Amino acid sequence: MSLISIERIYLLIGLIVMYLVWHTLKDKAHPKRLTTALFWGLFGSLFLFGDLAVTWLGEQLAHRIAGAMVIVIALLAGMGKVSAGSYTPRSDAQKQQSARALGNKVFVPALLIPLFTVAATLLLSDVSTGELMLFDPKHQTLAALTLACTLALIAGWRLTGDSPLKAVAESRRLVDSIGWAAILPQMLAMLGGVFVVAQTGDSIKALVSLFVDPNNRFALVAIYCIGMALFTMVMGNAFAAFPVMTAGIALPFLIEQHGASPAPLMAIGMYSGYCGTLMTPMAANFNIVPAALLDLDDKYQVIKVQIPTALTLLATNILLMYFIVFD
Amino acid sequence: MPGEFATYWMNAAMLEQLLQLNYWPLIGIPVVVLGFALRFNPLLVVTVAGLITGWAVNMDMFALLETFGDKFLSSRQLASFLLILPVIALLERHGLKEHAQNWIATVKGVTTRGILSLYFVVREVSAALGLLSLGGHAQTVRPLLSPMAEAAATNQYGPLPKPVRDNIAAHAAACDNVALFFGEDIFIAFGAVLLMDAFLKENGIAGIEPLHIGLWAIPTALAALVIHLFRLSRLEARIRRDIARHQQANQHPNQQEVPSSGQVADTPASSQTAGSDL
Repeated sequence: MSLISIERIYLLIGLIVMYLVWHTLKDKAHPKRLTTALFWGLFGSLFLFGDLAVTWLGEQLAHRIAGAMVIVIALLAGMGKVSAGSYTPRSDAQKQQSARALGNKVFVPALLIPLFTVAATLLLSDVSTGELMLFDPKHQTLAALTLACTLALIAGWRLTGDSPLKAVAESRRLVDSIGWAAILPQMLAMLGGVFVVAQTGDSIKALVSLFVDPNNRFALVAIYCIGMALFTMVMGNAFAAFPVMTAGIALPFLIEQHGASPAPLMAIGMYSGYCGTLMTPMAANFNIVPAALLDLDDKYQVIKVQIPTALTLLATNILLMYFIVFD
Repeated sequence: MPGEFATYWMNAAMLEQLLQLNYWPLIGIPVVVLGFALRFNPLLVVTVAGLITGWAVNMDMFALLETFGDKFLSSRQLASFLLILPVIALLERHGLKEHAQNWIATVKGVTTRGILSLYFVVREVSAALGLLSLGGHAQTVRPLLSPMAEAAATNQYGPLPKPVRDNIAAHAAACDNVALFFGEDIFIAFGAVLLMDAFLKENGIAGIEPLHIGLWAIPTALAALVIHLFRLSRLEARIRRDIARHQQANQHPNQQEVPSSGQVADTPASSQTAGSDL
């Protein structure tokens, strides 16, 4: 048992999303009020009722219902039925006035989130009373982040006089501007799951292996590194690519046949995968969500900025691996 | 027929193998690439790619729905940034962005490059020490790093055109990603290092400790630092050039079609980076 368990964090996220849905429904000037509310309502209920449904209906039925809801979510977004609403932002002059009145104190809640999360992960992870842990042992960072956000909301309340509920209502502007991108990371995790069941990885491995020349060390290194990057771009995650490519190419050809040193081979191989992560919209939480968070006109601009670094590093990795692993 | 395709890099046997591969599990990849390229809504593209892949490998419809639901529910922690947004929204309402910009204006000689480079180094070093949650797009980049980097440019050049502002913001996000990715694997308790360690043990390769893997992550981490700091060093010139180009375009509203890269090359800022594309 833990006080801040992952289930409770999901409930909290569900409550926040549902509070936003309620405000969307009240927003009479919203151009797509009902369908936007349905979109976020379905999303929020997967957080509020997901774990309860598994307990009550059994895993199989609950997962099927959740899967059907996900398809409805995708259809609503795909048909353009989800949009931003109307908000009452404060004027620039009012914000400047607040900024002058609060001074550097306005930084305090913002800095509290990262600093407290790190400190709490390091110091509070083992705190417990009897059987009850403070943080979910499997999700310590997330539990620490949740606590940090709560404290920051309280600090913000004391500082500005706006209550946490007001803050959540205010975040509708941000959540709406992120829109469908907020859900994309989970959708991609879902596609990754289908790829695992369909054994897409084995097909990629078979395809890449065809180009292997077992006696050409440099070509082997290049294929392993480029294969890691490509596979990661498809799956959006280097962890999914690593076991398949390493077992398929690195282990039989580089380690067993050419006697390559495993530690640098794997470290650099994994980093080659990360070069792929920088170049793919499939890694939405790193590449697409920030584009939405930062109000960029081009949702692929973060990727475009990262590509030169990623390609240069990939080439560097190939050379590094070639000159390091065979000693 | 296959013999006619045979070249020094692809012989007949290889072509035969290529033709015999099972391509059905791969069908989701072109669906995703095409769907993104044609700018369909990504949620729809990804869902359709999942449905088609499942159909192509003869998955039962209910089993497919079950995989969808299972994976969606078990990846809910990816939405945890929603917890951060209320605080950020509240502070933005009370002038967080404005104050970050005013504050940067009081620091002498600070540049966009300087702010992003400093953040990059701090982020990569702290990630290498395992302090992964010190940064992040919702908690650090949007409320603090991006406004400060923009403000430094505004101090130097005046109000920024939207494309210049977007480019700086995208660089702020890229700094966070690159520094995090290439710092974290040095930290031996990080998931990737443990995954590699488990893989080695599973495959019967003994005598490698997580420490060795972490150590061999350092050369790439240093390369990432050098490469990305070099790119940031050219960002300043790029901002100058883009602003000069924007101003010139605005001064001659009737000659919008004329200013191409060649036309602008005589401005002092652009001559330093002619042809570069950061």
